[in-house]
Amino acid sequence: MSQALLQMNGITKSFGGISALRSVGLRVDTGEVHALLGENGAGKSTLLKILSGAQLPDGGEVTFLGVKAAFNSPQDAQRCGIATIYQELTLVPGMSIAENIFLGREPGWANLVNWRTLVNQAQGLMAKVGLEKDPLTPARDLSVAEQQLVEIARALSMRSKLIIMDEPTAALSNAEVDRLFDIVSGFKADGLSVIFVTHRLEEVMRVCDRFTILRDGRFVCDGNVAATSVDAIIHHMVGREITVTQRRPAPAATDAVVLRVEHLSRRRGAEGLNAMALSDISLEVRRGEILGIAGLVGSGRTETARAIFGADPFDSGKVFIDGVLLQATSPQDAIRQGIGLVPEDRKQQALFLSLSIRANLTVAAHDRVSRLGVFIDPTAEDTLIAQYKKLLRIRMVGPEQIVSDLSGGNQQKVVLARWLALGPKVLIVDEPTRGIDVGAKAEVHNLLFQMASTGIAIVVISSELPEVLAISDRIITMREGRVTGEVQADAASPEMLMALMTVDAVAA
Amino acid sequence: MVQVTAGEAVGRRPQFRPINVAARFAPVLFLVVLMIGFSILEPRFLTPLNLFNVLRQVSIYGLLAIGMTFVILTAGIDLSIGSILAMAGLVAAVVAKGGLDNRFSVGDGSASLGLGWEFAALAAVGVGVAAGLVQGLAITRFKVPPFVVTLGGMSAFRGAALLFSGGGPVSGFDDAFVWWGQGKVGPVPVPVLIFVLFAIIAHITLSYTRYGRQIYAVGGNPEAARLAGLNVRKIILSVYVITGFFSGLGAFVLAARLNSAEAVAGTGFELTVIASVVIGGTSLFGGTGTIFGTVIGTVLIGVLLNGLVLLDVSAYVQQIIIGVIIVLAVAFDTFVKSRRRAL
Repeated sequence: MSQALLQMNGITKSFGGISALRSVGLRVDTGEVHALLGENGAGKSTLLKILSGAQLPDGGEVTFLGVKAAFNSPQDAQRCGIATIYQELTLVPGMSIAENIFLGREPGWANLVNWRTLVNQAQGLMAKVGLEKDPLTPARDLSVAEQQLVEIARALSMRSKLIIMDEPTAALSNAEVDRLFDIVSGFKADGLSVIFVTHRLEEVMRVCDRFTILRDGRFVCDGNVAATSVDAIIHHMVGREITVTQRRPAPAATDAVVLRVEHLSRRRGAEGLNAMALSDISLEVRRGEILGIAGLVGSGRTETARAIFGADPFDSGKVFIDGVLLQATSPQDAIRQGIGLVPEDRKQQALFLSLSIRANLTVAAHDRVSRLGVFIDPTAEDTLIAQYKKLLRIRMVGPEQIVSDLSGGNQQKVVLARWLALGPKVLIVDEPTRGIDVGAKAEVHNLLFQMASTGIAIVVISSELPEVLAISDRIITMREGRVTGEVQADAASPEMLMALMTVDAVAA
Repeated sequence: MVQVTAGEAVGRRPQFRPINVAARFAPVLFLVVLMIGFSILEPRFLTPLNLFNVLRQVSIYGLLAIGMTFVILTAGIDLSIGSILAMAGLVAAVVAKGGLDNRFSVGDGSASLGLGWEFAALAAVGVGVAAGLVQGLAITRFKVPPFVVTLGGMSAFRGAALLFSGGGPVSGFDDAFVWWGQGKVGPVPVPVLIFVLFAIIAHITLSYTRYGRQIYAVGGNPEAARLAGLNVRKIILSVYVITGFFSGLGAFVLAARLNSAEAVAGTGFELTVIASVVIGGTSLFGGTGTIFGTVIGTVLIGVLLNGLVLLDVSAYVQQIIIGVIIVLAVAFDTFVKSRRRAL
């Protein structure tokens, strides 16, 4: 029987009268990978912040390595052996891998850095995490996955006993996820423990030993992963059975083609863009159809969407809307021709986080809510917001509520409402459910179905194969900036798509 | 459709919290406290004459601060306003005097030597708008940061003003011109009326027009604004034209008030004006702020200086106090935001 490395009991925390945690417990054993699960707002982040020393609990006790502990600062927690790897990576872009690993703890005498030791020690740690790079490479030249490995190496360098990983796989491709899991499995053998936060339950089944589920700031249950199922975990997370997204009947193949893309190409580095090259991409979407684009991160799927939308330029090729050539040099032009884009990064690219729901929802549709083309008509605006609040079931207090106060799912609905208000012919949705909890996911899927049934041609880009398979009528796969295959969704399997996404297209 | 549990459904309701209220009305509260304090310490402070005097003094800063609010809302900055003001004021003065040769001629004040005040005002505003347009184009077309462009403008426009005037003042306008700076309507000084009028127009623009909404959007998240179909470049360009306009307008009113224009006018105005906007609660990172806040911030600085003068505090100490208050205002703002974000 392994012994408890970490024991948290009766942890409570409230912010200005609102309870975030009510007597929550968490036990992590030595050498285990522990999944901390719950919907957004369940209290996971608060619990981790307490554990990593970023916040102090109002009550309860923490026992670590058999002694009572209170972490007053992140440095405190690190010194005790708890390292946290946040979703937003925290490397210094201009510094090398080696410097980042030992930031603030550089080997050497007094203030002088012993570079040889620094590089040697860094190399050892990099080998442990499988990072094959020159230790003097600046962090800014690394991919997200590689930066994450540097963070892990940093955690190892601190001789951590417990590593907390907050949604480490969110921005990784499948191959990178596999590599990460290999490393995590290696930790177990070394007697290290990991707390793993993720929304992807199949990953929990793959790498985690035990799990703890929180809901609404309360402890729900914990247990062994081997003795449970994804369905059971979902049941505890949401406290109810959720209906699996139902497929809807595919539209008739006779329907008119709304979006047609012909031979879209772009050189790598065109016009100063540090983006993927695209070569000879052709596709079409019919009225009321949902086209899925499956591809790994870096396959050119997002770049394709942005090029069609006029957000980035391309070198050659044509885009037609309803048979009319689209000459979009900016999103403004594309929107005028009836294209909408829900970008992949909601907070960075879609929302005005400091502004109200009102300002966020109608920003693209000011034509519909203005008088004389100049003044905003508040009555028309209220009507519009009420209409979409009802249609999309946005859970909000009122139009003046700041959009950052909403949950991820409701934020996404505000972005969807922004485009629906324009009555687009084509809507491209990049990662429709990233960072959204399970219940809200199904709702977003149903909304996409509803939109398609009103005749909008929809393009969905997603990293999650089950999602692409569940909601698309037709799927194209991409790899390294090319289209590698096209299949009807009802005839497709995950294995088949994965093969098209990852294997050289020689066989085709 | 799926059902959703109550916990997720409601989301986080904004609660009535004293700190939020305090944050929202902090500048107003501070102003009220300051005024009560001064009126207790110095009976001369709370007289209509003195208060209108304060307002007249702050009106020109206030006009510039209105323009600056637009720029700062887009996360930009304009350091060149004082220099543009000097140049625009000189051009207006020369138009009113009918050429530089008449610079020292002092008429009897009843008739202008050159063109009327209407043309002088138009010339001032025209110079301001043109200067703003040039800087706005440099910022949006050549992608030079606003700080650098307007730092350059601050030096270049001051140089142009000195070159144009040969260093000396241009003084002595007709009564109709001077009325815009020294006149009164009832008990209210004309510059105060101009300030209030433009503050109202700016408030309506920011709060009730599409253009205003777009300024907040561009300041809040330029990339999201672009992907939502806004013409970000055009909006950014426009705010520098607006500061240019207000620099020109301020130049006209200042020349009228002093009955003179000179190349060193408006030196250091940019700092007082930026301070007013920031103390009024507009974030230097863009996206949040109001004209109401700016008006309060402007009056607050005016009241503070006036009160300190009445209390015989030395001018040196006044500068120290203003500096400390600027830092404290932003520190308080940041503190409140971090408290709110922690929730």
